[in-house]
Amino acid sequence: MQTTLMQSSNTKTTETARKLSDEKECLKVNNLNLHYGDKQALFDINLSIPEKRVSAFIGPSGCGKSTLLRCFNRMNDLVDNCHIEGTIEINGENIFAKGINVANLRQKIGMVFQKPNPFPKSVYENVAYGLRLQGERNRRKMDEAVEKSLKGAALWDEVKDRLHDSALGLSGGQQQRLVIARAIAIEPEVLLLDEPASALDPISTLKIEELIHELKQNYTIVIVTHNMQQAARVSDYTAFLYMGKLIEFDNTNQIFTNPSTKQTEDYITGRYG
Amino acid sequence: MDKTKAGQHISHQFNIELEEIRNRVLEMGGLVEQQINNAIKSLVEGDIDLANTVIQRDMKVNAAEVAIDEECSQILARRQPAASDLRLVVAVIKTITDLERIGDQAERIARMGKRLAKQERPKNGYHELQNLGEHVARMMHDTLDAFARTDTEAALRIAKEDLALDQEYDGIMRQSLTFMMEDPRMITRMLDVMWIARAIERIGDHAKNIGEYIIYLVKGKNVRHTSLEDMEQELQD
Repeated sequence: MQTTLMQSSNTKTTETARKLSDEKECLKVNNLNLHYGDKQALFDINLSIPEKRVSAFIGPSGCGKSTLLRCFNRMNDLVDNCHIEGTIEINGENIFAKGINVANLRQKIGMVFQKPNPFPKSVYENVAYGLRLQGERNRRKMDEAVEKSLKGAALWDEVKDRLHDSALGLSGGQQQRLVIARAIAIEPEVLLLDEPASALDPISTLKIEELIHELKQNYTIVIVTHNMQQAARVSDYTAFLYMGKLIEFDNTNQIFTNPSTKQTEDYITGRYG
Repeated sequence: MDKTKAGQHISHQFNIELEEIRNRVLEMGGLVEQQINNAIKSLVEGDIDLANTVIQRDMKVNAAEVAIDEECSQILARRQPAASDLRLVVAVIKTITDLERIGDQAERIARMGKRLAKQERPKNGYHELQNLGEHVARMMHDTLDAFARTDTEAALRIAKEDLALDQEYDGIMRQSLTFMMEDPRMITRMLDVMWIARAIERIGDHAKNIGEYIIYLVKGKNVRHTSLEDMEQELQD
């Protein structure tokens, strides 16, 4: 009894004191500078996102957290005047390199936005869409993949009897989980979540948070959130950005109990900077 | 005061609430300090009325603990404090538990003092208990000071002081044993003396705990159950 008690308390300690440097790296950002026209939005960002963990970006509006998130699957390519220096590596490969196929990159790095954006199609077709694009024709395989993704997104039980109804008839929370199911159907390595719960009610928010907890078994997750309690609840690591600079990136327990910089402290305790 | 940066929250109301629990801990601490002083005084002077006052006032100490506890729960539920705010609330919850126990020890001293007052007084008038009691009262005063000023150096000094207090306590125990061996008729009285010494020594331990919470509050480091050297090391980092 004594030994088991000791052991369990030991594992607990390692859980809370988990170090970033001991983690396997999934995404690595090197000296990233980003300009929108003349205005610089990100300043010399260096960080590495650990694999199969939840990393949260927090910071005040306009601090660059969404911009940074959107760099990971090159969504900023769509913005005119956006100019990027530096590199982001996924498993050692630079995503800004010339030979990179952006469609393939976005297959590897899926994204979910603030407002659920299902296609105006059936629940089934929404999830199957990416697979069809990939050229999957086998009906049985498709059925399996749809079921697996919907189960993975904790939505299956709620929609299994209405798979062929329009996705627009689902509630906001269900739609958001559907969009996550759509993202995981094509089996990405990384999921980028940009304020995934900010348009949802508290119960749906908790479901999404629970889902994030499940998803990190298989995916690396990066989440941007304005809700600091949410970052504290769901993430393993938290990055604080301020005015385009990365101020601190550390174990979430550390950030929320004893951050090492005053700026982080002031932000998370709600004080003037 | 500056170290916890109170007074700068965007939410003014939150500021007031945090300031309020700090003040109430100091208030409760003041009450407990008074209880210790009175308990020792009633013992040394054989003042039964004063002892009764101490026993009655312990209720106030208990009520203060419950009230502050309640306020802390409300802050946790409504504000979800983080970082130094969170550490303040946690430190307060722990501090008041130790303060309440110090109050219990003071009450215990007063009760035993009442019993001793009815017996024949020794020639030295419980001189050694008076010394030990005054020692712990000073420690208590320094502890509250350290809490008010969130002074980690002072907290470390309290931990050192507790070692000195423990030695003084050991001395009293040895002396009492010798008396008991020399004259078995002394056993009953000496047992009371030993219990009182024990209660005073426990107050020192609680004061030391509060010092540790102050270090946690300021530095975010848990120095409980570590040696003095480790504590000093942590404070320097």
